[in-house]
Amino acid sequence: MEYESVIGLEVHAQLDTAAKIFCGCSTEFGAEGNSQTCPICLGMPGVLPVLNKRAVELALRSILAVGGQVQPKSIFARKNYFYPDLPKGYQISQYERPLGTGGSVTVHLDGLAKRVGITRIHLEEDAGKSFHPEGRAIEYSLVDVNRCGVPLIEIVSEPEIRSPEEAYAYLVALKQILQYTEVSRADMEKGKLRCDANVSVRPKGQKEFGTKTELKNMNSFRAVQKALEVEIARQIKIIDSGGKVVQETLLWDEDRQAVAPMRAKEFSDDYRYFPEPDLLPLEVSMDWLESVRKGLPELPEARRRRFIEVFSLSDYDASLLTSERAIADYYETAVGLYPNPKMVANWINVEVFRFLKEKKIFIDDLKVPAAELAALLKKLDSSSLSNTMAKEVLAAMVETGKTVEAVVAQKGLVQESDEAVLDGWVREVISAFPKQRESYKAGKKQLLGFFVGETVKKSGGKANPKLVSTLVKKHLGE
Amino acid sequence: MGELNRKKAWELLSLLDTKEISAVELTQSCLAEIDRSGKKLNSFITVLSDSALEKAREVDVKRSKGLPVGRLAGVPVAVKDILCTKGVRTTCGSRILQNFFPPYDATVIRKLKEADAVVIGKTNMDEFAMGSSTEHSAFGPTLNPIDPARVPGGSSGGSAAAVTAHQTILALGTDTGGSVRQPASLCGIAGFRPTYGAVSRYGLVAFASSLDQISPFAKDARDLWLISDVISGHDRRDSTSIPERLFDYPYSGFKGKAGLPKTTRFGIPKEFWGEGLAPEVREAVRGTIDKVSKAGYEVEEVSLPALSAGIAVYYIICTAEASSNLARYDGVKYGVRVNDYADLFEMYAKTRAAGFGAEVKRRIILGTYVLSAGYYDAYYLKAQKVRAVMKKEFAEVFKKVDFLLGPTTPSAAFKLGEKTDDPLEMYLNDIYTVPVNLVGVPAVSIPCGKNREGLPMGLQIIGPQKKDEIVLKAAIMLESLGIKL
Ligand SMILES: [Zn+2]
Repeated sequence: MEYESVIGLEVHAQLDTAAKIFCGCSTEFGAEGNSQTCPICLGMPGVLPVLNKRAVELALRSILAVGGQVQPKSIFARKNYFYPDLPKGYQISQYERPLGTGGSVTVHLDGLAKRVGITRIHLEEDAGKSFHPEGRAIEYSLVDVNRCGVPLIEIVSEPEIRSPEEAYAYLVALKQILQYTEVSRADMEKGKLRCDANVSVRPKGQKEFGTKTELKNMNSFRAVQKALEVEIARQIKIIDSGGKVVQETLLWDEDRQAVAPMRAKEFSDDYRYFPEPDLLPLEVSMDWLESVRKGLPELPEARRRRFIEVFSLSDYDASLLTSERAIADYYETAVGLYPNPKMVANWINVEVFRFLKEKKIFIDDLKVPAAELAALLKKLDSSSLSNTMAKEVLAAMVETGKTVEAVVAQKGLVQESDEAVLDGWVREVISAFPKQRESYKAGKKQLLGFFVGETVKKSGGKANPKLVSTLVKKHLGE
Repeated sequence: MGELNRKKAWELLSLLDTKEISAVELTQSCLAEIDRSGKKLNSFITVLSDSALEKAREVDVKRSKGLPVGRLAGVPVAVKDILCTKGVRTTCGSRILQNFFPPYDATVIRKLKEADAVVIGKTNMDEFAMGSSTEHSAFGPTLNPIDPARVPGGSSGGSAAAVTAHQTILALGTDTGGSVRQPASLCGIAGFRPTYGAVSRYGLVAFASSLDQISPFAKDARDLWLISDVISGHDRRDSTSIPERLFDYPYSGFKGKAGLPKTTRFGIPKEFWGEGLAPEVREAVRGTIDKVSKAGYEVEEVSLPALSAGIAVYYIICTAEASSNLARYDGVKYGVRVNDYADLFEMYAKTRAAGFGAEVKRRIILGTYVLSAGYYDAYYLKAQKVRAVMKKEFAEVFKKVDFLLGPTTPSAAFKLGEKTDDPLEMYLNDIYTVPVNLVGVPAVSIPCGKNREGLPMGLQIIGPQKKDEIVLKAAIMLESLGIKL
């Protein structure tokens, strides 16, 4: 039988605020354990939460960015469960009345665009982190509550995703939106983006959903895709052999590339949600919403269209350059310093992307700032570097982080522009190819490039092609 | 000078200001009384003799140098042991917090200190404010100073007993379902529950967040006004705190007779006179109402049908909130942790089994139940709906009358142990007080006579939201009618 999978994703994104959601503690990543705490986020007796307005604004941005509706009145609720990394014994979240509902994310896959609906976006606080040191003599666990109270939004998609690849593409698109709007750094490695997945399968054509399972513990977009592939195959195998899928929560094991049921004690079915009495209902006025809307930065789709219009780029080039806000920013900075949009686009989309891929890094980690790329292209343009040399210089800059000037000086990569030297090479080349010389003289002017190329080759890449071209023309009687 | 500790704060403040007495003398007279009767009554969990005397000396120095002083400068105030005091043990009457020293001061404690009040000690209470008799304390019961065989009421029984026994001049309690008005009534003093949100809850260890309210005890309504003015006001640390100032300073009503216009209308809810009301209380309250009427005020019967559901609604909402608020006492971070456990969940279970008393456990179980999937709609949600109806009825009735009058409690103080085996009987003691908490309006209890055994009985005045000052004005008027012990 042919099956179709039904996937819904729950994404938790850390809002990019300086302070936590209900107290003034810092959200800085990587601080010493339990150093960013106060009585409030420690859940001491008698403390009360006070909502961070900035967190609300970022959540509002995310709702507007996906075209969702901001609810004028939303309500915080307590999600009750016991765990050492949850000091209050409950998490403040939103339940029946979330801040945002509806909207969609446009997903591009195999050249086709598809909209995945958003069910809801709500605000909540993060829990802390538990560590379970291993070893025979160790009979304790450690808790770091620095993350307690870090502001999150949970973005729940409709079950409209139909394949693991589509899930991957959805996450890429969502991350792009969150980064563009500066709602979240959306960095999965630093735990600033997390994703759980609900998945079920059903015979193709059937309307009713099958029994779903929930997948947790994936730590990269690829892991989400892989876990879904593994789980879908598992569910199909169960159904094909006449069995029934059990509704349960499964943990992805990256090392084993397999899923395993969560131990019963690690979760509770009944969170006993009820409205948080320590916080007033969250009311968003039209004025507030309007000011957030005005501050909304350009979204990826709009920026792509602008690049096509203003810089006369192809759809392909513009899409690549706007795939990440950081890349688009890099491009615009470089173009600002060296206003040749097409050339800068080519160098980023071909050369820079190649290095990013090879090194598996993001553009923020590239050791060549946009200004240095612009400087390199200027040198190329002014003929003080040849194309080949420029590529060599860029490679060295990527490795060492040195400036264009420093690399050029170190490598002695100075283009040969001395007319006397060039003239010698040109003469040698012309006399070495008498046949071509005759053809040129007879009118085959396209052979100019051949002579220039041969001369540059002869010079070991150092000859200034523009000057060589002039000299060839001179010698061949023009 | 007589016994200073028997005087009221407003009398003492003028003696202090004119330097006829010193804050040290006054504090010493209270500490001497604590020495004499404190142990027997078990009104305090912690007495702060040293820091109290130090503060008193500081205030005396300020006065002698002619420096400005706070509004309660030199007046001893006892605080319920549920209010966080920086570096001073705060137990909530519970074993689970017997070693808890808060790293911060509650907002009200900060305000008392800024007003130069002398914080004299932390008073006994029903564990986590759950109870109506102060018998449910891990530190033993508090006795009623009027008759030590009887309870002082609860849960703020320690504070009520301390004021009654002149161990302090003023005291703070918390009133979640009547925990200040009921003990005030049973001890024959005055207790005032302000509008919900009038006093910051920051640093008040939560029992039921939507009902909890820090509330003062005093010997009369004028003193209640003095301390309410000091402790109330907006606090950005409490999102439910209301922005308006409810008290006018300095209080103009003190000059001349506390005048309430004769057009003031008092409503008598007929639901307050049903089954369970002791005849002697009925008589005493009726007698007071007659005096009000004779004094020329309008008195009329009103009806608030939802009041009959008060106890049921209250015990669903307060237990639901408590089950969540008390989840943090898990032995992980502070407080007591048992030593012997096999794993995390056994640590939780054993710690909480050993740390909490029976009444707290009962309410956690009840609250967990009413919030559980499958029961939420039938209990918690329905209770919230009735609560909304009750709010509407109160808003309606306050269009017709200015105040509601009625008994504070169905009977005078009961004997120790009399109701401990029957939680329902105990809960019914709050029948006239809980609606105020559910609706969030201000209410004051003042004495309205004694029964044949010499036990005091209380009268409750309930006013509309944010009319705290007027409610106290009405109490001052009633006191001036000679309705006093
Ligand atoms: Zn904090």
